Amino acid sequence: MSKIPAELQYTASHEWIKNEDGLSVIGLTDFAQSSLGDIVFIDLPQEGDTVTMGDSFADVESVKAVSGVFSPVSGTVAAVNSALIDNPALLNEDPYGAWLIKVSDVTKTGVLLDAAAYEAVCKSEEA
Amino acid sequence: MKLLFERSRPGRRECLIPACDVPAASFSPSALRASAPRLPEISEIDLGRHYTELASQTHGVNKGFYPLGSCTMKYNPRINEEMASLPGFTDIHPLQPAESAQGCLEVLFETERLLCEITGMDGMTFQPAAGAHGEYTGLLLIRRYHQSRNDAARTKIIVPDSAHGTNPASATMAGFTVVSVPSNAKGGVDIEALRNAVGPDTAGLMLTNPNTLGLFDENILEITRIVHEAGGLCYYDGANLNAVMGHARPGDMGFDCVHLNLHKTFSTPHGGGGPGSGPVGCKDFLEQFLPAPRVCKKEDGSFGFADPEHTMGRVRSFYGNFLVVVRALTYILTLGREGIPEASAMAVLNANYLMKKLSGSYDMAYDSMCMHEFVMTLEKLKGETGVSAMDVAKSLLDYGIHPPTMYFPLIVHEALMVEPTETESPETLDNAAEALLAILEKAKTDPAYLHGAPHRCPIGRPDEVRAARTPVLRYDFASAENK
Amino acid sequence: MGSYIPSTAEERKAMLEYLGLGSMDDLFAAVPESVRVHSLNLPEGLSEMEVSRKVRALADKNVRFRSVFRGAGAYRHYIPAIVKTVTSREEFVTAYTPYQAEISQGVLQSIFEYQTQICELTGMDVSNASVYDGAVAAAEAVLMCLERRKNGIIVAGSADPQTITTIRTYCESRNVPVTVLPVKNGATDVADLSAALSDTSACLYVQSPNYYGVLEDMDALVAAAHGAGARVVMGANPISLGILKTPGEYGADIATGEGQPLGMPLGFGGPYLGFMACRKELMRRLPGRIVGETADHEGRRCFVLTLQAREQHIRREKASSNICSNEALCAMTASVYLAAMGPQGLARVAENCAAHAHYLAEELSRIPGFSLRHNDREFFHEFLTDCPVDPEELCSKLAEKGILGGLPVEGGILWCCTELCSKNDMDELITAIREVCAQ
Repeated sequence: MSKIPAELQYTASHEWIKNEDGLSVIGLTDFAQSSLGDIVFIDLPQEGDTVTMGDSFADVESVKAVSGVFSPVSGTVAAVNSALIDNPALLNEDPYGAWLIKVSDVTKTGVLLDAAAYEAVCKSEEA
Repeated sequence: MKLLFERSRPGRRECLIPACDVPAASFSPSALRASAPRLPEISEIDLGRHYTELASQTHGVNKGFYPLGSCTMKYNPRINEEMASLPGFTDIHPLQPAESAQGCLEVLFETERLLCEITGMDGMTFQPAAGAHGEYTGLLLIRRYHQSRNDAARTKIIVPDSAHGTNPASATMAGFTVVSVPSNAKGGVDIEALRNAVGPDTAGLMLTNPNTLGLFDENILEITRIVHEAGGLCYYDGANLNAVMGHARPGDMGFDCVHLNLHKTFSTPHGGGGPGSGPVGCKDFLEQFLPAPRVCKKEDGSFGFADPEHTMGRVRSFYGNFLVVVRALTYILTLGREGIPEASAMAVLNANYLMKKLSGSYDMAYDSMCMHEFVMTLEKLKGETGVSAMDVAKSLLDYGIHPPTMYFPLIVHEALMVEPTETESPETLDNAAEALLAILEKAKTDPAYLHGAPHRCPIGRPDEVRAARTPVLRYDFASAENK
Repeated sequence: MGSYIPSTAEERKAMLEYLGLGSMDDLFAAVPESVRVHSLNLPEGLSEMEVSRKVRALADKNVRFRSVFRGAGAYRHYIPAIVKTVTSREEFVTAYTPYQAEISQGVLQSIFEYQTQICELTGMDVSNASVYDGAVAAAEAVLMCLERRKNGIIVAGSADPQTITTIRTYCESRNVPVTVLPVKNGATDVADLSAALSDTSACLYVQSPNYYGVLEDMDALVAAAHGAGARVVMGANPISLGILKTPGEYGADIATGEGQPLGMPLGFGGPYLGFMACRKELMRRLPGRIVGETADHEGRRCFVLTLQAREQHIRREKASSNICSNEALCAMTASVYLAAMGPQGLARVAENCAAHAHYLAEELSRIPGFSLRHNDREFFHEFLTDCPVDPEELCSKLAEKGILGGLPVEGGILWCCTELCSKNDMDELITAIREVCAQ
């Protein structure tokens, strides 16, 4: 069973999001990293780029799969976790520590799930 | 194994080219490269041994059974190679005057005629160099057709979710958006879903028939009718033509254009990934859009070139992979009227025979007769023993058998897709069945052994994660010098 | 009739019985009768001996020229004996794409070696395992350069016309506008490039030596393109790279070209070899197969297809290219050729080509009416001259003497010399031309 920390919020497309110092921090869930398998590459946006709610802002690649990462919010990219570019394995090792981007000036936020609702999503996909 | 560069020793060389017999040309220093390319310096004997060693670590059809689904790894007759090596073909410049290349033009003209008869098409181009290149070319025909009618709204290509990955990729390259339609339980087109998908924005449908489950779509005429009635065109992906050639023709099924893989159906070799040839055939109303030039027969019986009236231009240089076409022509002339349908019938017989040998033990994705290939699903085996399709495939390597296509089509979990082809004997099929059954037994008693397979190959499973995370894509001369 | 089917009549019968079928026809029960065909209008099958005779007769209808002075995208070079010996080995010929690395190390390693050699030739960081031909390599390369806000392609008009047409086809279907620059005195004028560049220009495609054999002013063109934020795709003749400055040295971002001169016969236009190499930053945009080094679980060095998430079988409609089959055996051919030649051998081929072309240009220019069109330009092994008589007619007179003359182009003739055009051949050509012109 994958880890789903209670203090975070989630999307049905397997991103997590939390607020930290007025910024929205976005990452990939444990379920997402374990379905993809060993992640070999991530293509991140640049600071200052805009992200749009529901649109893909990054591609994560494993050996045999590629998946978009969808932004739960609209806003401006304030920070990018560039450590992931050199070491994408961090996404597998510590999915809730290895954030992807921090977003400022959030104008729109999509439907977010709490841990219990997200767990139900994961269960239905496993079945 | 050492790399070419590791066998190199400064100063070693053979004398292949004479000294120049006229004064050297001089270039301005700024036009010259600073240092020579670090190509290997190697004697001929070491070069020969190098490739002999590489060959010993390469599995080809001539080394063992190769039931790689959807790839039609049939025998590549030696006479084809001999004909393609004739200096009367290899030494002909593509821009020679047509009157000095009549034999080449006749090869193209004749092969076009024969393949049009086999597919039920009216015209053909040999410019596309591979199947995916053919798909792109065929889709450009569809694009040009709608453009010629000022029907700019037709921007969508319908592709079943069971299709080869090249189909949606080609559609995107040709400027279309892809609409994926679900398959029914037989891997065929879900008719209701198709009806809902078509409309005034439909440019066309891409379809493989038999489909990627190895089943002939019984609704084929209705499918092409639905698309035509909506104003779209129908594209036949010829990847599986080996199942039906001589028995059914895409043209009679309602398709408007088709690509063939000469390197699958028509016995030309794959060469470790190419060169192939992906000729595209079409009905007469699309011929005006074919790539330029086309070969034509003149009134005096000689052959020449002509550009189609509304040609799409070119998709590559010259006339395609001509020497591959020579091989295919040789093959078609050998098999002829009786041999072509016999080959496909035997391909279907071999597939059904092998499927039945396995069906008591392995789960089939669809449990009835197949065409030229069948798909097994190892989902249950994986649940029960932890042994995956990958483990079974890798275990086959220890038997000297190339594994079936793994994890395709995407609509089947833990899929293994088996295509024996017609050129294998019953005893080869029996041996393969025995190997697969033995692997199944092992899965129940010693799954760990299969997880570690292969055990008797030159290498074990490579670390693909490392290869992709820290790409090393060329030899590193600098680090070699520091060693 | 041949069929290459091993099963005997008895065996087929037994297999049908095993399946509970009465006849071979029952195998097609799933095919609706309305689409069945029961006889094709094909000739009767033939024995191997008959086929051999028939196809040889076709080959014999072609004219093989004793000496060839025509290039324009396809070049007759000497092919060392070992090249054909190695590349006709049936293990290599009858293998599929090396998906199963454990039994495909031979093919995989040879591609890795090819990639390294192409990088060395072009001065680039990364090469793919080949695409269909030089024209497609150029088209795929310009598409690699597209960005969200940079979607215009500029092409030097001095490039091979077939390459330009192919680029147009590939760009048209993606709704990518193509600007073709005019040709000034056989080359590209940097002022024309500067005028065409804008902040939406994705790249410049320029070939050097170009279609007319002329070396472009690459330094100025690269500077102008880069200055405007556009990338540079440079097409190059791989033989010329034995001595001439590489795309990497000129600062180009991507190098492409037709690999046919590296050991492939003329073959009436194919199979040929498109090579593509780029700078490291563009690695993940490079289309096609790429082989990488890794290790197995015991730490043994081995090779695999890698970076596959770029490709169509994973990315489907989001893939940047649809390429699947490539020209692997042609890549191996090039690799064996380059290894057989070595750096000195390749340089000698290039020097002989250039020396022969310059000798011929000099000798031709002594005949009235055959002056060099682009007199003040440096050229490699092709050049355009005027022609005082009808070029087609001159060439057909030469053909009667077993000589394939240059290609009639723009009212003149585009000549090409390789190492195979000896001084004797050229002197004979000159004599023949003088005879024709005297008539």
